[in-house]
Amino acid sequence: MTPRRKRMLAVAAIVIGVGAATTVALQALNENLLYFYSPSQIMAGEAPGERSFRLGGLVTTGSVQRSPGSMEVRFTVTDHAQTIPVSYTGLLPDLFREGQGVVARGKLLDDGTFVAEEVLAKHDENYMPPEVAESLHQPPPAAGGAS
Amino acid sequence: MTRSLKSLVPAAIFVVLVGFLFVGLFRDPSKIPSPLVGKPAPDFTLEGLRDPSQVISNESLAGRMYLLNVWNSSCVTCRQEHPMLMQIARSSGLPIVGLNWKEVDWPEDPEVGRVRAIDWLTRFGDPYELVAYDKEGSVGINFGVYGTPETFLVSADGMILAKRVGAMTPEAWEQEFLPLIARGQGGS
Amino acid sequence: MIPELGHFAVVLALLLAAAQGFFGIVGPQRGRVAWMNAAHSAAIGQWVFLSLAFGCLIYAFVQFDFSVRYVAGHSNSLLPTFYRVAASWGGHEGSLLFWALVLATWTAVLAAFSRAVPLAFKSRVIGVLGLVSIGFLTFMLFTSNPFARLVPAAVDGNDLNPLLQDPALAIHPPMLYVGYVGFAMAFAFACATLIEGRTDTLWAKWARPWTLVAWLFLGIGITLGSWWAYYELGWGGYWFWDPVENASFMPWLIGTALIHSLAVTEKRGLFKSWTLLLAISAFSLSLLGTFLVRSGVLVSVHAFATDPARGLYILAFLVAVIGGALALYTWRAPMMKSESGFELASREAFLLFNNALLVGATLLILLGTLYPLFLDALSLGKISVGPPYFNVAFMIPMVPLVLLMSIGMHSVWKRSRLGPVRNKLLVLLGVAVAAAVALMLFNYGEFHWMGLVGFTISIWLIASALVEPIAKWGQWRTLPAGFWGMVIAHLGVGMFTLGVTGVESYRIERDISMGVGETVTLQGYNFRFEGTRMVQGPNYEAIEADIAISREDGKVFTTLRPQKRFYASGGNPMTEAGIHVNYARDLFVALGEDLGQGRWSMRVQYKPLLRYIWLGALFMALGGLVAAADRRYRVRASAKDTVPAGAGEAAR
Repeated sequence: MTPRRKRMLAVAAIVIGVGAATTVALQALNENLLYFYSPSQIMAGEAPGERSFRLGGLVTTGSVQRSPGSMEVRFTVTDHAQTIPVSYTGLLPDLFREGQGVVARGKLLDDGTFVAEEVLAKHDENYMPPEVAESLHQPPPAAGGAS
Repeated sequence: MTRSLKSLVPAAIFVVLVGFLFVGLFRDPSKIPSPLVGKPAPDFTLEGLRDPSQVISNESLAGRMYLLNVWNSSCVTCRQEHPMLMQIARSSGLPIVGLNWKEVDWPEDPEVGRVRAIDWLTRFGDPYELVAYDKEGSVGINFGVYGTPETFLVSADGMILAKRVGAMTPEAWEQEFLPLIARGQGGS
Repeated sequence: MIPELGHFAVVLALLLAAAQGFFGIVGPQRGRVAWMNAAHSAAIGQWVFLSLAFGCLIYAFVQFDFSVRYVAGHSNSLLPTFYRVAASWGGHEGSLLFWALVLATWTAVLAAFSRAVPLAFKSRVIGVLGLVSIGFLTFMLFTSNPFARLVPAAVDGNDLNPLLQDPALAIHPPMLYVGYVGFAMAFAFACATLIEGRTDTLWAKWARPWTLVAWLFLGIGITLGSWWAYYELGWGGYWFWDPVENASFMPWLIGTALIHSLAVTEKRGLFKSWTLLLAISAFSLSLLGTFLVRSGVLVSVHAFATDPARGLYILAFLVAVIGGALALYTWRAPMMKSESGFELASREAFLLFNNALLVGATLLILLGTLYPLFLDALSLGKISVGPPYFNVAFMIPMVPLVLLMSIGMHSVWKRSRLGPVRNKLLVLLGVAVAAAVALMLFNYGEFHWMGLVGFTISIWLIASALVEPIAKWGQWRTLPAGFWGMVIAHLGVGMFTLGVTGVESYRIERDISMGVGETVTLQGYNFRFEGTRMVQGPNYEAIEADIAISREDGKVFTTLRPQKRFYASGGNPMTEAGIHVNYARDLFVALGEDLGQGRWSMRVQYKPLLRYIWLGALFMALGGLVAAADRRYRVRASAKDTVPAGAGEAAR
C-alpha cells in the first residue's frame, strides 16, 4: 500500500467513525429530551401518553399520603389552576415539602395518574427571584442516577 | 476554503452563540404572569400575629384599597425593603396588611416563630395596620406566592390589581403601583 | 470604616487596572520602555490593593460586621470562624472579589518573577490581563459591591445553608477559581502573540507551565465538588451533569486538549493557530460558565446569584473579551504556517487525535447543556436533557481516547515507529483482556460488554503507562519531570476509567422499606437494620439509624450510622449518609423517612471501585504538578526566553 493510499484509508476510517459517533450521540440526545408540562397543560391534553416527561408545580398542601409501612407515596401537584395526582415509590428528597415546588419525571397513566420515577424538590425560604421560580421549569439539581 | 475564511469560523460560531444567549436572557419565560392579577383576592381567615385571638380576613378591610405584603423574619430581602414599606405606610395613607408566611419550618414550634416575628417588627418598625400569621402556609399558597417578599395591591372591591415579586423599590412603587392607586381612588 | 477602606481599595485597583491595560498594550506599540515598566508596577499595585480589599472583607466577617449587607447575608453570630472566612468567597459578591484577586495574583507573579520573557511581550500579556480585570472590577463595583452597607445594620446575620457548611465545599470554589482564572494566563499569552503578530512558537513554551498549573487546580476543584455531592447530597451519585458542573468540566476538557497541543506547538511548530484558538476557548468557556451560573439563564442548584441585569453585564463582557480575541484571531491566524509534516502514527498524529476527541467531547457536552436554551429561545418548548444523553455522548469519544493513549504514549515525534514496544503492548493488551474477563466473572460474577471494554482499556492503559518507568527504573533520576508528570497523569486516567467502569457496570442501588431487625443483602453484604435513636449535635438534632453490616460468615464488621438532621436554625432536614470504604468498594446507606409501623425508607447502595474515580482525578492533577515543576522551566529561568520559577510559585 502506498503512503498516499494509506492516508486515504485513514481519512475514510475517521470520517466513518465520526459519522457513526455523531449519529449515536444525536440519537441519545433525542431519546433523552424531556419535555416539561404544567398540570394545566396536561389537563389540556398536551402531554404525551407513552413517553416520559417532567411535571412541575407545587405540592398541594395536605395532599401527601402514604399507607403505613409502604414505600409508595401519593400526592398531588398543582399550578393553582389544575391538579394532577402523582404516585411515587422511593425516597423523597430532603427538600420535598407540601406547598413547595417540585419536579417529577415519569409517565402519565390512562387514568390520569402521573407515575413518577424520580422526584426532585427545590425551594428557597426567602426571596426567590423570578429566575429561581423558573427552576420549576428547569433542569433540576441532583438527579438520581450518577454519570 | 481559503486560510482567512477558515479563521473566520470561530468568530462566526461565537456570534451565533451570543445571539442565543442574548435571547435566552431576555425571553424571561420566568416572569410568572400572576394568574391572580385582575381576579378577586383569595378568601382567607387567619389569626393575628400579635394577638392569636384576633381574626383577620378579607372582610377586615372590605371597602378599602390596601397592600398585602408577604414577609418573614428570616428573609434578608424583606429587611432590605422594610424602610420602603415604612415610608409607604407614612406617606401613602394606604393600609398595609402584613402576611407573615413561612416564619417557621417543621419541626420548629410556631409560637417560637411568633415571638421572633414580633421581635423583628419591634426592632425594625411596624408599617402594618394588621399582621396575619399564616402558620400553615396555605394562604400564601392560595395567593400564588413563590417566595418572600411579595406585595399585592388589592382594590376596595377585593380585586388584585398588581403584584410585586421581590423587594418593593421606589421605581416599582412609582411606576407600577401609584398610577393604579390614583386610578382606583379616583374611581371610588 | 474598614468596609469603606475595602471599597476604596477596589476603586484604586480599578484605576490601576486601567493604567495596566493602557500602558501594557500601547507601550510596546510605541516602543516606550517606561510605559511598559509602568504597566508592571500597576499590576503589582493592583494586587496590593485587591489583597487589601479582600483582607477588609475577611475582617468584616471575622468582626461580625452585620452593617455590611454581604456579611449579613452570608454569616451569623453562631457561625464558626472558619466558615465565616470561607463565606467571604462563598457568595456572589465575595466570589467576584476573589476572582479579581486571583487574577491580580497571577498577573503580579508574572510581572514580578518572569524576567525572562521579553519585556514588550510580557507587557502585552499584562495589558490584556489588565483589560480582563477592568471587566471584573467594574462588574463588581456597579452590580455587586461586596462592601455595600445595610442601613439600618442587621442585628444578626442570615444563616448559611447547612448543606454548604462543609470543608470540601468551602475550598471547592477557590480551587475552581484559581483554575478558571489561570486559563486567563494562557488566553493573555495567546492574545499577546496575536497582537504582536509573532509567528514563532516561543509563546507556547512560556505559556505551558501556567496552563498546567491552572489545569491542575481546576481538576482538584471539580474533584472536590464531586466528592462533596457524593457524601453530602444523600443520593450516592458522584456526577450529575448539572449545568454548573458542566460549566467547570468543559474548560477542563479544553484545558486538557490545550496542554497537549501546546507541547506539539512548542516542540514541532505545528498546530499553531489551533493552539491559539484552544487557549482562547479554554478561557472563553470559563467565562461562559460564569455567565451560565450568574445570569440564571440555566438554573441549577448552584446558581446562587441570579439576576438579568448581571447576566446582561456578563454577556457584554463576554462579547468584549471573547469577541475581541476572536477578531484578533481572524486577523492574524492566516499568518500562522506549520513548519513541518508528520506521519500517521507519529506522536503529532496521536496528539491530534487527542485534541479532536477532547474537543468533540466538549462540543457534545456543550450541546446538551445549551440545547434547552436554544429550543427555548426559538420557542420550541421547554425541555431538559437527561443525564443518560451525557453518559453516552461522553463515552463515545472517551473510549477511543483512552485506547489511543496506551499506544500514543510510546510514539515518537514525526515518524510512525513504535519499535520493540509494539510487541510488549500487544502482550499487555492480551493480559488486559484476560484480566478484565477474570475480574468480571470471578469477582462480580456477571459478564458485561461495557465492563469488558472499560476494564480492558483501563487495565491496558495502566500497564502501558508503567512500561517505560519499569524499563528505565535504574536511571529514573535522569528522566525529566515532564516525563514523570505524563506517566502519573496517564495512570490517573487509567484509574479513573477503571472506577467509572466498575461503578457504572456493577453498582447496586436499592430504595427499600425496612423494619427493625430486617436484613437486605447486596453483593454478599448483609445490611441489618438495628433501630433508630435521637442524637444531639452542636447545632442540630438528628435521628440516627444503626445498620450492622456483615459478610456471609455473619460477623458484623462495621455499623453504619446514617442520620436525618434537623438544624436549630430551621429549614429542611438534611440527610447524612453512612459510608464504609475499602479499596474495592463503597457501601452507602442513607436514611429516608419514618413510614409508620416502625418501618423506615432507606437507600442502600453498593458502589464498586468508586474511590478510583477521585484517586484517578488526583493523580491527573499530581501529574500536572510534577510536569509544571520540570527543571527546564526553572533551569532556563535565567535564559532570556523562558518563564522562570513563577509558575512553580503559583502552584504553591
